[in-house]
Amino acid sequence: MKIGVFVCHCGSNIEATVDTAAVAAAARQFPGVAFATDTMYTCSEPGQDEIVAAIKEHNLGGVVVASCTPRMHEQTFRRTVERAGLNRYLFEMANIREHVSWIGKDREANTNKSIDLVRMATEKLTHNRPLYSKKFDINKRVLVIGGGVAGIQAALDCADGGLEVVMVEKTSTIGGKMAKLDKTFPTVDCSSCILGPRMVDVAQHPNITLYAYSEIEEINGYVGNFEIKVKKKATYVDWDLCTGCGICMEKCPSKKATDFFNEGIGKTTAINIPFPQAIPKKAKIDPAFCTKLTKGKCGVCAKVCPSGCINYEMQDEFITEKVGAIVTATGFDLFDWSVYGEYGGGRYPDVITGLQYERMLSASGPTGGHIKRPSDGKEPKNIVFIQCVGSRDKSVGRPYCTGFCCMYTAKQAILTKDHLPESQSYVFYMDIRAIGKLYDEFTRRAMEEYDTKYIRGRVSMIYPKGDKLLVRGADTLMGSQVEVDADLVVLAVGAEAAAGASKLAEKLRISYDTYGFYMEGHPKLKPVETNTAGVYLAGACQGPKDIPSSVAQGSAAAAKVLGLFSKDQLESDPQVSIVDIKRCIGCGKCIKTCPYGAIKETELRGMVKADVIETICQGCGICTSTCPQGAVQLQHFTDNQILSEVNALCQF
Amino acid sequence: MNTSLNYAYYPGCSSTGTSIEYDMSSRAVCAALDIQLNDVPDWSCCGSTPAHTVDHTLSSALSARNLDQVASMGLDSCITPCPSCLANLKTAKHRMEDAGFRDKVNNLLDKPANTQVGTKSVLQILVEDYGVENIKKKVVKPLTGRAVGAYYGCILNRPAELMQFDDREHPMAMDNIMEALGATVVAFPLKVECCGASFGIPRKDLVMRLSGKLLDTAKGIGAMALVTACPLCQMNLDMRQAQVNNANDSHHDMPIFYFTQLMGLALGLTEKELGIDKLCVSPRTVLDAMASEQSVKERAA
Repeated sequence: MKIGVFVCHCGSNIEATVDTAAVAAAARQFPGVAFATDTMYTCSEPGQDEIVAAIKEHNLGGVVVASCTPRMHEQTFRRTVERAGLNRYLFEMANIREHVSWIGKDREANTNKSIDLVRMATEKLTHNRPLYSKKFDINKRVLVIGGGVAGIQAALDCADGGLEVVMVEKTSTIGGKMAKLDKTFPTVDCSSCILGPRMVDVAQHPNITLYAYSEIEEINGYVGNFEIKVKKKATYVDWDLCTGCGICMEKCPSKKATDFFNEGIGKTTAINIPFPQAIPKKAKIDPAFCTKLTKGKCGVCAKVCPSGCINYEMQDEFITEKVGAIVTATGFDLFDWSVYGEYGGGRYPDVITGLQYERMLSASGPTGGHIKRPSDGKEPKNIVFIQCVGSRDKSVGRPYCTGFCCMYTAKQAILTKDHLPESQSYVFYMDIRAIGKLYDEFTRRAMEEYDTKYIRGRVSMIYPKGDKLLVRGADTLMGSQVEVDADLVVLAVGAEAAAGASKLAEKLRISYDTYGFYMEGHPKLKPVETNTAGVYLAGACQGPKDIPSSVAQGSAAAAKVLGLFSKDQLESDPQVSIVDIKRCIGCGKCIKTCPYGAIKETELRGMVKADVIETICQGCGICTSTCPQGAVQLQHFTDNQILSEVNALCQF
Repeated sequence: MNTSLNYAYYPGCSSTGTSIEYDMSSRAVCAALDIQLNDVPDWSCCGSTPAHTVDHTLSSALSARNLDQVASMGLDSCITPCPSCLANLKTAKHRMEDAGFRDKVNNLLDKPANTQVGTKSVLQILVEDYGVENIKKKVVKPLTGRAVGAYYGCILNRPAELMQFDDREHPMAMDNIMEALGATVVAFPLKVECCGASFGIPRKDLVMRLSGKLLDTAKGIGAMALVTACPLCQMNLDMRQAQVNNANDSHHDMPIFYFTQLMGLALGLTEKELGIDKLCVSPRTVLDAMASEQSVKERAA
């Protein structure tokens, strides 16, 4: 095979610390190399044209590009060599940027390491064989996990695009965090008024199947052909019969159940519909608080229900759904702020979270939209807002900025003045991060028109004094201590990954960062893709986001799914394992170790053999290292190919 | 009950003077609970604030020598009543883990110091090693009806990474002990506030303000007395109480006990053994009031 080598400068990214001309000169001495050169930007149009021209002029049989990571441009160059008539797998990449030039400053050592990497790539290339993709049919249904605003947007866009959508929501209603908000910034329009109609659309859309109060149990398969096992948790209410009339809630004697929807402000009944606009508007029993389910006594709801839909014997139910793509929109949860001992660690009832305050402001909330102190129900006069609680704070393991708290605090300060004109709001802040259309103007309004006192500094201590809370902090602009007599303290608690996010990621086989947020395919260029084909992200599961960004991502993910489904068939990746039946002794070890169940037992002329199901194989290579006979070989990463790389590196 | 508790005991300088009653009561309480204390031979000052504010190496050298003395006793655990000594001994042990710093300190000493020994406060071992439940079993004269607030001061639990004891913002060790003794514990919201500490000398006005606030708050929540675990806190609140009253135009008359003193009373020890007579603000009214159930009821009324 005649090989061409192209060593990229990547501007100064590589050239600054690697002598690329020397690397190309060294490559010319490698066996099989017929042409080698260094180029400014190999990935640019002239750079690619140079490769095409060289292939034709020198009649090259394979190409090595020494440049960046294959995750960046392997696809680019594979298409380039294809344009020149070569098979796309007769191409190898040597990563001399991320693995060399960016991590070391010693030009000589870097140049030597680059030469080694290029030698490995050329040796592997001589063992490469043309590989060809196969086509397979896809199932054009999409699963949306999570019924918050991002998931709703993705589901509606997909459904409007003609796709069948399955939506799975953990709680008994869709709407997510947005449904709990009173108003939204910076327009101060009513959150449930703008979200409510979209929730109804989900319920009424003929293309959407909604499983509320359900969770993902298991995910199998691959892009185009996923098989999902959904757990429908027992609601103890037959939702086919329930009309959402709410009589059960009126009569339920167990009135001290935790009100999760209202963030623990107030109590609810053991059988409940979370809020009046819930979708689906169906009742469910919270078994921890139901005396019938815990003690076997009561049964009032069954007696009063006019449609006879209560069933105390109900069990969890499992349903299987087949889809071709998955949009993950599992959102976020609030940081557990009780680690802040200086804010009372949860001991003071009048220190509440921003989301609790939203429920208090909401007309459909437990206080009917009246701001009342949880301790004594009195109207507060001085209200202190504290920003960055569980945001930008390394000491609690949350160094990142949640990004939307500055805005919701400004909104809450404005709403406070609307509700209680005699009140005075104070905001302790670190910096005001109001990056967005009309955002900075909005925070200025809170200060200038609504007379909110902004104090730049952290709060060191909150302690009770009489029936008030004394909030002490620093004013770092004045260089002084500040003490505010507060009636109510509202903490702008930051966002963290939703509970259970990492478990779901493992089921989806997608990666997540240190904090449990899901990793996008590329931080700039693939914001809603993951590195698992057919799995997309939308909203705060990828990182804290405000409503407009979440909605934008919902639409973006839907566009990706619609694009994927615009074809009837997908090409399979030929980098899969293949069994050499002459060598296979039928021991079955590969079948046991395959994490995807991609290898099955088959019979050939009376002998047991292993057989790889190509569409299920993910190309991980575990079987190849398990096989005692070397009979299973991962295409494009065969033992011979890997050993040739090792030989190239260890020749001295 | 655990009878094998055995510690090296580092009293610290103030125990020989201003806080002698803390030392007396700590020793008496430990004896009453069969906790064996072994005095560190030839101990010296830990360096206290004057050393560590000027020179970390010198400060650590003083503390390291004391830790070395403990190690020579063959005991693996040292206790001290004083939070300031505790902080210095713990800091020295921590800093000596750095080889460069260790060499500098050892250069100042006759021989390289063995600083492997861990130090705890008397309060910490009473709560963690002896146990509040076990203390409760030993109570013979419960402190029924005494409304006390527990004041920890700012350094007993902080920095949390170094002190590794109780909660840095909301410690409960003394509250729990007082409750076990039968006292009515009022939640003291400023339990980890600074009293002004050694600023009593260069900036007395600061101590007047900070300690004044502590006393005002204690009175406001209905505490009859405060208990402390720190010689400096106790001195600022007790000995300087008249100065505070003068400076702030207040009229406090609040006894400030070491927690070990009230423990001793509940365990049936005499006032003499516990150095009750060493307190500046007379605890007489409070102690006598407690003596009879009748007066408790009157006070409540």
